[in-house]
Amino acid sequence: MKAIIDAVSHYNYFITFFLMVAGLYVVISRGNMIKKLIGLTLFQSSVYLLYVAPGKIIGGTAPIIDPAFKVYSNPLPHVLILTAIVVGVATLALGLALVVRINEAYGTIEEDEIFARDGEI
Amino acid sequence: MKAIEPHLPVLPVLIPLFGALFSAFFRRGASAWLVALVATWLAAAVSCWLLAKALATGMPISYQLGGWAVPWGIEYRVDVLNGFVGALVTTIGAVIMPYARRSVAHEIDQHVQAWFYTMYLLCMTGLLGITLTGDAFNVFVFLEVSSLSTYVLIAMGRHRRAVLAAYQYLIVGTIGATFYVIGIGLLYLVTGSLNLADISARLATAPPEFARPVVTALGFLTIGICLKLALFPLHVWLPNAYAYAPSVATVFLAATATKVAVYLLLRFFFTVFGAGIGLASVPIPELLFVFSIAAMFIASFSAAFENNAKRMLAYSSIAQIGYITLGIALANQSGLTGSIVHLLNHAIMKATLFMALGAVAFRLGVVQISDLAGLGRKMPVTMATFVVAGLGIIGVPGTAGFISKWHLALGALEKGMWPLVFAIVSSSLIALVYIGRVVEVAYFREPAAAANKAHDPPISMLAPMLLLAAATIWFGLDTRASVGIAAEGAKVLLGGLK
Amino acid sequence: MIPAPAPETLLFLALALPLCCALLLPFFHRSPNLRETVTLTFATLLAFTVWSLVPAILAGARPELSLARFSPGLEIAFKVEPLGMLFALVAGSLWLVNSIYSIGYMRGNDEPRQTTFYVCFAAAIAATMGIAFSKNVISLFLFYEVLTLSTYPLVTHKGTPQAMRAGRVYIGILLGTSILLFLPAIIVTWYFAGTLDFTVGGILAGKTDAGMLALLLALYVFGIGKAALMPFHFWLPAAMVAPTPVSALLHAVAVVKAGVFTVLKVIVYVFGIETLSNSGSADWLVWAAGSTVIIASLVALRQDNLKKRLAYSTISQLSYVVLAAAILTPISAIGAAMHIAAHAVAKITLFFAAGSIYTAAHKTEISELDGIGRRMPWTMTAFAVGALGMIGLPPTAGFFGKWFLLQGAMETGQWMTLCIVLVSTVLNAAYFLPIVFRAFFVAEPAARSQGDGQDGGHGEAPVPIVIALTTTAAATVLLFLFPGVPFALASMMIGR
Repeated sequence: MKAIIDAVSHYNYFITFFLMVAGLYVVISRGNMIKKLIGLTLFQSSVYLLYVAPGKIIGGTAPIIDPAFKVYSNPLPHVLILTAIVVGVATLALGLALVVRINEAYGTIEEDEIFARDGEI
Repeated sequence: MKAIEPHLPVLPVLIPLFGALFSAFFRRGASAWLVALVATWLAAAVSCWLLAKALATGMPISYQLGGWAVPWGIEYRVDVLNGFVGALVTTIGAVIMPYARRSVAHEIDQHVQAWFYTMYLLCMTGLLGITLTGDAFNVFVFLEVSSLSTYVLIAMGRHRRAVLAAYQYLIVGTIGATFYVIGIGLLYLVTGSLNLADISARLATAPPEFARPVVTALGFLTIGICLKLALFPLHVWLPNAYAYAPSVATVFLAATATKVAVYLLLRFFFTVFGAGIGLASVPIPELLFVFSIAAMFIASFSAAFENNAKRMLAYSSIAQIGYITLGIALANQSGLTGSIVHLLNHAIMKATLFMALGAVAFRLGVVQISDLAGLGRKMPVTMATFVVAGLGIIGVPGTAGFISKWHLALGALEKGMWPLVFAIVSSSLIALVYIGRVVEVAYFREPAAAANKAHDPPISMLAPMLLLAAATIWFGLDTRASVGIAAEGAKVLLGGLK
Repeated sequence: MIPAPAPETLLFLALALPLCCALLLPFFHRSPNLRETVTLTFATLLAFTVWSLVPAILAGARPELSLARFSPGLEIAFKVEPLGMLFALVAGSLWLVNSIYSIGYMRGNDEPRQTTFYVCFAAAIAATMGIAFSKNVISLFLFYEVLTLSTYPLVTHKGTPQAMRAGRVYIGILLGTSILLFLPAIIVTWYFAGTLDFTVGGILAGKTDAGMLALLLALYVFGIGKAALMPFHFWLPAAMVAPTPVSALLHAVAVVKAGVFTVLKVIVYVFGIETLSNSGSADWLVWAAGSTVIIASLVALRQDNLKKRLAYSTISQLSYVVLAAAILTPISAIGAAMHIAAHAVAKITLFFAAGSIYTAAHKTEISELDGIGRRMPWTMTAFAVGALGMIGLPPTAGFFGKWFLLQGAMETGQWMTLCIVLVSTVLNAAYFLPIVFRAFFVAEPAARSQGDGQDGGHGEAPVPIVIALTTTAAATVLLFLFPGVPFALASMMIGR
């Protein structure tokens, strides 16, 4: 019984690692370059959850000092993840731009077709 | 001077950052180049000053960004080791600049030349940020700054495969960076701190039930960083990236990017986890031994069978990284000294080699090994620098490469690992094969029609090559500076192992 | 009268002169006469320098020079000691003779890329001087590799596919053995002894056990590929594609002697004769060297190409030196040192003669040499003298080396060694004397004596060649009559 409660109370980690592995799987298994980027984004998003979830304390509030509140949530992980999201967006944008260029150069965004056209590189 | 001095640790990061900002405003490549030239040389001067200061004081120089107190604010913390890596990155970056103007003008479209320099400076900013900061999350941000600019640099190559190589690197690089953030996240959950020194201190006193997340964090961090430093078998992105990037980008990346990743690995292994908990349960040194030796041999063999000269050198880089990680796995004074000094020596030698190939590409436009036929006579100075640096890669005494291998072999002996000594020397023999192939083609084949009119590149390109080739010899004979600093760096790292 | 310069200055000059020569030569690319003058001037100066260093060394001076430091105790440094002095003397003097010869040969055969040739040659001599005067193993190793690299362009000088293949074998074996075996040996030595300086009596005494000593010795002896101990001898016959002056000075004197010189130095100054003979770690070396002596002689018998036969003869003679060193008695060590000098002058004479025949008659095979002695009396007489030197008969210098070697073998009762030397002497005679016989006593084939073919009417080789080979032939005899200097130096080596 305790094990189940333990597991359920850590449900956020289960979600995190499910997203993580699912994203990674998409990156590895798909040959379509857009789908790869989607998988990559999923993978990155799982990390946002990893950081953000422990930062929140149930019943806690934003750390604005006020005698009315005793419990505060840690804001730092949220700030960090704001940065990480920005980085993720930049990566995604650059990746998509590269895919556009690849499509212009090769006429396809399927990896196997590109390799067939250029030989394995 | 007095006013600047307290801000010294952060300046090497800020100078190229603002340089990148300025050069982005220019439309003409030449103006952007001038900005980049000034920025890199300034950064190099400041970095060397910083290193000298770190050496003189013998204590880490701490700088609190924005005046926020450690461990809440971001700290820049410079000791001998990262001062050394910072000086290496900026100096190489600066030495390349005179070479860059003609090469970039030749290889890159007029309207994006300015962007090239912007990305170059941003990449340098990122690398220096990783090196100098003492904050784990700050490392991630700079890691991505350098990575994103690197993808752009690679995609600027002339061949359409360059874009593909950039995309592939983007996927792998992002996975690596994300692994790194996961590792940091787990560490943060355990210690509640992002300051590297603070994490280290808190890990030392962490209760044993935290061992599992800490070990997991170590695993994520190791894999993430090893993707960046292209440790075999996580190296697949590197050969294409180096082969299709513009020459100048290849020179810079080969000389510095992987070195900074190695520094990061050193920092985490020794400073952060050195005193940590639960590490005896993970066979990291054993795994590193296996992968390092595999890199030294398999990558060298790949190089020996490669027909594109740039890719050949890229595989050679993977093999040389194997040497460096071997020293890390040895984890004793001599081994680490060998590793750290090889950061410098390999940077110098590989930069020279890639510059020589860049000069060939400048004249001929191609770098298949068969295209080098007869160049020994047509481009004598270029090929001479190639040969000198190639001898360094082989590890001939009197060149810088020998010094690194000497210390690594000594480290292996101190550990009582005799066979390693033979592994180290025999893999250099494979280097003899692939360097020898180029030499034979360049000196004993008759030049092809295209190569007949080729001659040495202009002096602005020759001078940096000659300078680095001379450095290859210099650091092979007089090692007081290089080995001296590396030994200090090794002491700093091993100090964390108590 | 100018006061004699300090030995340190002379040492510096001996190292710097050939290097300066190599650096200067490219500037005289366009005027061959001036270029040759530079070479000759520097060669003369070097010969003069090394000879004027001798009195000081005999008087007990040991000048030193430090160039650079790797790390504490590990430096690029030079120190003149008797054995090195002897080697430098041989190489330095013969460079002058060989330069005269080169001029005749290179011009006589219209060789291409002569400036590269002279530059690499001077660089090789500079490296040889470095080897001779090295203070410690690491400096020696450095110059050893420089010598390999600087001679590589000379071996591949012709630029033909055959030369390229030979170059591959050459650099593959020499660099390969040195990096794979020699370097680990040095590292292990440093690990055990904590120093790499050549020291009288050795540095490994009491530092490690007999098994390790034997392993180390094997690493050294086989790692020093230049000593051409079988099975690492293939590079030497391969290197014969080089122009003859290269084969003469480098592959009969500088390079191969650098190999045996290194072996000798390592045995005497790193291991120490006492240490080795007490531990019995070098017994196998007698066998290895002995079998090389015999096998190489047998192979030489079967070679028709003159230079190839000389090459195998060199392999066999080199192993005499190793054999002499492996006997581990002071007297045989003297023999080894004497043999380095004696074999050098005799073998260079033989190569000069081979090159002379090639230049004048364009012949490379022994079977073509019938009656050539009458057309080229100087050349073939010199050849005969050199051959006597190889066999070890008086009045040639080769006699002493064998004499001391035999004496050492008898002192220690190594009858096996005695037999090896005697058998090989017979073999030496068997592969050299027929050549002399053919040249002088077999009639020239009728077709050629008419003087109708394009090579029919040849006479003696160009004058510089004849001067050079007469000089070295004379030296072979003079060294027998006046062995004072080499003997004195060799005796000082073992501290007598």
